[in-house]
Amino acid sequence: MKIHEYQAKTLLRAFQLPVPRGDSAVTVEEASKVAASLPGPVWVVKAQIHAGGRGKGGGVKIARSTDEVRKHAGAILGMQLVTPQTGPSGKAVKRLLVEEGANIASEMYLAVTLDRTVSQLVVMASAAGGMDIEEVAAHSPEKLFKEWVHPSIHLRDFQSRRLARRLGLPGTALRQFTEITRDLLRLYEECDCTLAEINPLVLTKEGSLVALDAKLDFDDNALFRHPKFQELRDPNEEDPAETQARKFDLSYISLDGNIGCMVNGAGLAMATMDIIKLAGGSPANFLDVGGGATEDKVREAFKIILGDPKVRAILVNIFGGIMKCDIIAAGVVAAARELQLKVPLVVRLEGTNVEQGKKLLAESGLRIITVAGMQEAAQKVVEATEGAGSR
Amino acid sequence: MSVLVDKSTRLLVQGITGQAGAFHTRQCREYGTQVVAGVTPGKAGEKLDGIPIFDTVAEAVAATSANTTMIYVPAPFAADAILEAAEAGVSLILAITEGIPVRDMIEVKNYLKMTRTVLIGPNCPGIITPGQCKIGIMPGYIHKPGRVGLISRSGTLTYEAVHQLSRLGIGQSTCIGIGGDPVHGLSFVDALRLFNEDPDTDAIVLIGEIGGSGEEMAAEYIGAEIDKPVVGFVGGQTAPPGKRMGHAGAIISGGSGKAADKILALEKAGVHVAMSPATIGDTMARALKEWVASAR
Repeated sequence: MKIHEYQAKTLLRAFQLPVPRGDSAVTVEEASKVAASLPGPVWVVKAQIHAGGRGKGGGVKIARSTDEVRKHAGAILGMQLVTPQTGPSGKAVKRLLVEEGANIASEMYLAVTLDRTVSQLVVMASAAGGMDIEEVAAHSPEKLFKEWVHPSIHLRDFQSRRLARRLGLPGTALRQFTEITRDLLRLYEECDCTLAEINPLVLTKEGSLVALDAKLDFDDNALFRHPKFQELRDPNEEDPAETQARKFDLSYISLDGNIGCMVNGAGLAMATMDIIKLAGGSPANFLDVGGGATEDKVREAFKIILGDPKVRAILVNIFGGIMKCDIIAAGVVAAARELQLKVPLVVRLEGTNVEQGKKLLAESGLRIITVAGMQEAAQKVVEATEGAGSR
Repeated sequence: MSVLVDKSTRLLVQGITGQAGAFHTRQCREYGTQVVAGVTPGKAGEKLDGIPIFDTVAEAVAATSANTTMIYVPAPFAADAILEAAEAGVSLILAITEGIPVRDMIEVKNYLKMTRTVLIGPNCPGIITPGQCKIGIMPGYIHKPGRVGLISRSGTLTYEAVHQLSRLGIGQSTCIGIGGDPVHGLSFVDALRLFNEDPDTDAIVLIGEIGGSGEEMAAEYIGAEIDKPVVGFVGGQTAPPGKRMGHAGAIISGGSGKAADKILALEKAGVHVAMSPATIGDTMARALKEWVASAR
């Protein structure tokens, strides 16, 4: 689960991490009020969307007067902000963060995340702050320094000091850097993050460290321990189809293609997308109905797939192991009837009670193309798309 | 003719009285697995189809000599259940539970390093030695006893692969689902080592997916140590970056974990990579033919 920068900074502040003073605003008036509460002489107006690279798209502006704050707030609020991470259509800006400017001497990168190769947390730092850290990791890994969090001794201050030295921080900033690292790690662990990133962490000309930007991602599997985090969700940032799917315990992700997919199991669902592509088609979504799919879940899954106007055909691929094919078939028939399905439907069933399942589909009187294997399924659905034209 | 589990395995089920736990306990027993005990705190003295239930794993082990456990305990309590089993000296743990927080698994994994217990999963379908012992949620009837070992991060995609193999008459020695979470027990390399050392496994199928670097590490091990034919498939060739594809661990992040990189690494190590999920069985049939021909 992702949250906004202003929300992340509120959490950082609660964990004693140094962040600039400021507040969020949804109108120009509010932005102006926040600016007036800060001393100046420099303010920063930042668009709040769940995507990086906001500065490049014009979503971050420096103001030298409160009038300028109003001007920038007016320009950014409501804009369709396009960044390298938003895709070409961009994202509408509905909220701003207005904060005091900093006197920047140097910019660094600091983050905590999981190192999957050793199943330990890792603290990563780089003097190449403010930049795209993925670029740094890919092209100059020697500029990315790492210290691992040991399962029994945890992270020790000497490790933080070693990072500080490698970053070239002055001795006067050592103690503060050590505290920041310790607090960021504590936040990561106590809040069940999957990423806690400060980019940039700046050293000001006055000699202190400040987190100018922050990004926190939470472990979805641990949200039950943090019921309050649900309030941090911004429905504007989430795909409504994905939100709807979550309500029914379906795992759904929108994609660019025109073939709707309904599959049981995440691995098989990914493989189904792959085989559609190999057959010359393009999947409209990833959808895992899970192991315990009921008739209701199948119907909801169909509704979500058909809610996507790009969908020209649907492929259902079920390997019923424990899950019985006749139950799936009944769900498919009920959903197709109820939703008056107009697009071609290709169904591949395999596993327990497959014959009963196929019989149900055949006797339904609906135009359902039943196939035996994955290869045939992919070919048939791609052919169906080509013949379908627009809806 | 197998790795990790066989006819002699004595299974205990943690969370045996839950809906899924009870259902799959019965399925496993029907397949022929010796289910000797169940654990549900507070239900000691009760029975499930004659299987005695205990309050703690230690009591169950003492009374029944169970050596393997299958865990269906809900995610918030699953880490505790795994640790309890390890502490009680159970040698093999199958954690079927999905949705365990990463933080819990980091603690569990690091604790297990100090024990001799092997953990498979979590978020996995389990393990099966066809004809002998089934522990988990996979449909038993698609399997066929034989000499091909299978390792996978997925559930239903594994069934798909097994089904293809069995239909071609290619039986399996043991099939292991290592699970779809970012922090899990048995790794690809651990499983490969077991199959490599098993005299009754002739060839191996490895089914990976996007996220992490388990497949790359597997490729390195295969290139250096394995002479048996290995067939690979990597799911998620069309998955977009930054999105979790159902499994918590199936995510391309920071430009790493891409299917293309994994396929390349596996091919370099001499693995026969099936590009389509529909050709995993055929690819194995071909690889076995080549292998037999070259052995002559």
